[in-house]
Amino acid sequence: MNAPVDGGRLLWQGADWDFATLERIHDACAQVATGEMGLEVYPNRIEVISAEQMLDAYASTGLPLFYRHWSFGKHFAQHEAMYRRGLRGLAYEIVINAEPCVSYVMEENTATMQALVIAHAAFGHNHFFRTNRLFREWTDARGILDYLEFARGYIQSCEERFGEPEVERLLDSAHALMNQGVHRHRRRAPDLLSEQRREQERRQHDERMYNVLWSTLPERASAPPSQGETARRRALLQLPQENLLYFLEKSAPRLAPWQREVLRIVRNIAQYFLPQRQTKVMNEGCATYTHHRILHRLHEQGRISDGALLEVLHSHAAVIFQPGFDDPRYSGINPYALGFAMMSDIERICRSPTEEDRQWFPDFAGCGEPMPVLRHAWAEFRDESFILQYLSPHLIREMRLFHLLDDAAAPVLRVAAMHDERGYRRVRQALARQYDPAWTDPDIQVVDVDLAGDRRLILEHAAIDGRLLDEKDAKQVMRHLASLWGYDVLLREVAAAGGATLREHAVGPPR
Amino acid sequence: MQILDRRLNPSGRSLPNRQRFLRRAKALVQEAVRDASAKREIRAADTGGEVSIPLHGIREPNFQLGAGGRRDHVLPGNKQYREGDEIARPQGGEGGSGSEGAPEGGGEDAFRFALSREEFLSIYLDDLELPDLAKRRLVDASDPAWQRAGYAVSGTPANLSIARTMRNSLSRRIALKRPKPEAAAVLEAEIAALDGKPDQAEQLLRLRAELERQLLRARRIPYIDPIDVRYRRFEPQPRPVARAVMFCLMDVSGSMTEEMKDLAKRFYTLLYLFLQRRYKHVEIVFIRHTHEASEVDEEAFFHSRETGGTLVSTALVEMQRIVADRFPPADWNIYAAQASDGDNAAGDSQRTGQLLVEHILPACQYYAYIEVGRDGDQGIPGFPRGATDLWRTYEALAAAGAPLAMKKVRHRQDIFPVFRELFAKRGLLDGASA
Repeated sequence: MNAPVDGGRLLWQGADWDFATLERIHDACAQVATGEMGLEVYPNRIEVISAEQMLDAYASTGLPLFYRHWSFGKHFAQHEAMYRRGLRGLAYEIVINAEPCVSYVMEENTATMQALVIAHAAFGHNHFFRTNRLFREWTDARGILDYLEFARGYIQSCEERFGEPEVERLLDSAHALMNQGVHRHRRRAPDLLSEQRREQERRQHDERMYNVLWSTLPERASAPPSQGETARRRALLQLPQENLLYFLEKSAPRLAPWQREVLRIVRNIAQYFLPQRQTKVMNEGCATYTHHRILHRLHEQGRISDGALLEVLHSHAAVIFQPGFDDPRYSGINPYALGFAMMSDIERICRSPTEEDRQWFPDFAGCGEPMPVLRHAWAEFRDESFILQYLSPHLIREMRLFHLLDDAAAPVLRVAAMHDERGYRRVRQALARQYDPAWTDPDIQVVDVDLAGDRRLILEHAAIDGRLLDEKDAKQVMRHLASLWGYDVLLREVAAAGGATLREHAVGPPR
Repeated sequence: MQILDRRLNPSGRSLPNRQRFLRRAKALVQEAVRDASAKREIRAADTGGEVSIPLHGIREPNFQLGAGGRRDHVLPGNKQYREGDEIARPQGGEGGSGSEGAPEGGGEDAFRFALSREEFLSIYLDDLELPDLAKRRLVDASDPAWQRAGYAVSGTPANLSIARTMRNSLSRRIALKRPKPEAAAVLEAEIAALDGKPDQAEQLLRLRAELERQLLRARRIPYIDPIDVRYRRFEPQPRPVARAVMFCLMDVSGSMTEEMKDLAKRFYTLLYLFLQRRYKHVEIVFIRHTHEASEVDEEAFFHSRETGGTLVSTALVEMQRIVADRFPPADWNIYAAQASDGDNAAGDSQRTGQLLVEHILPACQYYAYIEVGRDGDQGIPGFPRGATDLWRTYEALAAAGAPLAMKKVRHRQDIFPVFRELFAKRGLLDGASA
């Protein structure tokens, strides 16, 4: 192992690296990150893996040990084919929100890339996971790895007991409802560590209890239910309920206990990913800003050679590349680009604000110290609120953002706002809304169950601005839903404003 | 901070998922494999490779917003638009709709992925079965498997059995009454307590002598003695290897066209691939015949031209000789496939039939006869095409119960179905009498 070569300060030379290099890089990054930038991170665990293992890892949504299901095999085959044909490179890194924070780095990377990855993932993402409010409130970093282990084992044991096809069918149905399997409004820090114990307690409890709701004894011919009874029933079933998987787990009459537990696993994992979906721009922005800042600092300190810095800049530029909307390469706004641009913009406003900035951001314009402002933003916001709060006119001009209105009723598209005095606020609002799950995800809730009659489950989709569900997909998901529920299901699409019924999908259970 | 090297972890962690996926998409993949293999050279049929299946068959549905309604887009890179400008709706959904694509790259409606050679073959040859795999013979130990076989007193350090060694050491120490260090410690403590008390001098002397004795004994009886050491022992175990030989018999007289030979070749290739999957060692013997038969190499078998009459029995005699010479039926699984246009010299049929029944069939696991004809050679419409000499001979044998599979092939497309039929799982006799 070569000791640091002439000059002594360089962390590495050339492309080769060994574990000692990684350790030096990590320690140097840690100095800048926790010292100068004041970042707060979980302890790091860096795992060196091969390209094939990297493919493996992101076939199962980046989680290191996941239960088995054919769809992960499908994603793997898809990624592998694209990788082999050279259509797509591999991600340089995967990082897992866990304590310790696990970052995968690929063995093929050069020493410079490893430094970039460590600064990006092991410090940028890590800090974000540790401090951001959504992650603190919605995920359990300490318990996730154990829980995944439990989930994998549980599902495997179900496969042994009930057969793979049975479990596969159930998982298919659960996956179809995964996006509707999260609580968005309830706040209780999850405790995945005790899930396993609670699984057993729950089953014992269920065995003792007898649920009158689902009694099959013939009922007295009753008068039409009174208002009070309806209200009571809805309260008992916790209706309306936006978390369909939760509702099915608790109330579906025909599910066996193990099936309820599998639904629970799927929804716990969906819940774990919810913050990541809501903070893509910020998370990537934070990590990109962090690696940019750390590596530049190390270069200033003479610990990274000029050549290595150029390599960093080359990758960095590729990551934050944002083609215009009319470019054939355009595929939406690049979260790395927008995130990094916003973070750098905040830094600019702190250090050298213009008059306009002072007007828009009186709180921190010209304060001179960007890190406290950034750390506050990273801790307290999600994409939607972050953009609403921090997107500056300067950046809107720079990215030349404009707001296009697409009304299916109108024959043409209309430019509703652009980067001028009149448009800044409207562009900002519209962009923020693109990152608001309440706006982008369909709002579907269980509203009622026809208990007296045929036990039909009734759902409502509150369609905003007349945006209805994709019919073919909806039909298929409804079939999955019906198979879980065991009786008829009905989905009403109603206008969010006014409540008029726009469309209905009804599906019976599989015979 | 921790750095872990995961590169050495067993790879193929996603294998179970992949198998689940292939099973799930089985019908689609099977179709795709058939298509792909129809297009490629049959020699390359076993190389695996990319197949493409329709995406809708393996879709994972989700509630998602469809087209229509009122929607907003914020886009970067404005060059010319001002507020209030109106833009014609782009056709084909590009342009304005970028921000809300389907999560998994919606536009693509075919799903391409690569299959390994094994997967390709196993799908390709699915549902097929080799008749009678029974013969197994212990081959001379060319391919031994190492098996645990107890313990030995000598070996390499890597095979040191610590548990066994310590067990021996412990029992030896107990048997020889090696004093324990604790006992010595107790003695020492007692000596220390008595030291300096003159009235106990005698006792002290005794204790000192005892301690001396114990220490000496502990030195003499080692903690671990070379006689304790045990190594795990491994023994080579000859592994039973099932071997197969495949005889390709073909008529190469002038009446066999290149096209017919090509059909035959395809059949042989399939048979070879199939055998290769089941047996570790598969040998091929090529026997061509006109009015005389000889064993040749593959090149000559398929490509050299011969002239002469046709005597099928000569090929069978040659095969019988080779079997007796090199492939004793007790040790080898013998498969034979014969291809011919059905011509045979008048008067040879009886001898052929007799040879088959008395010598060849009893030695074979399987004997398939493929009668190749010209494409479009359907005879006169409305009249059954007259059966050839050889066909009639073999048909009579099969009717009498001989384990003989026979089929007619006219076109390339027939090859695979015929092959499947001959080897379908339900049993070969159904196929033969069809």
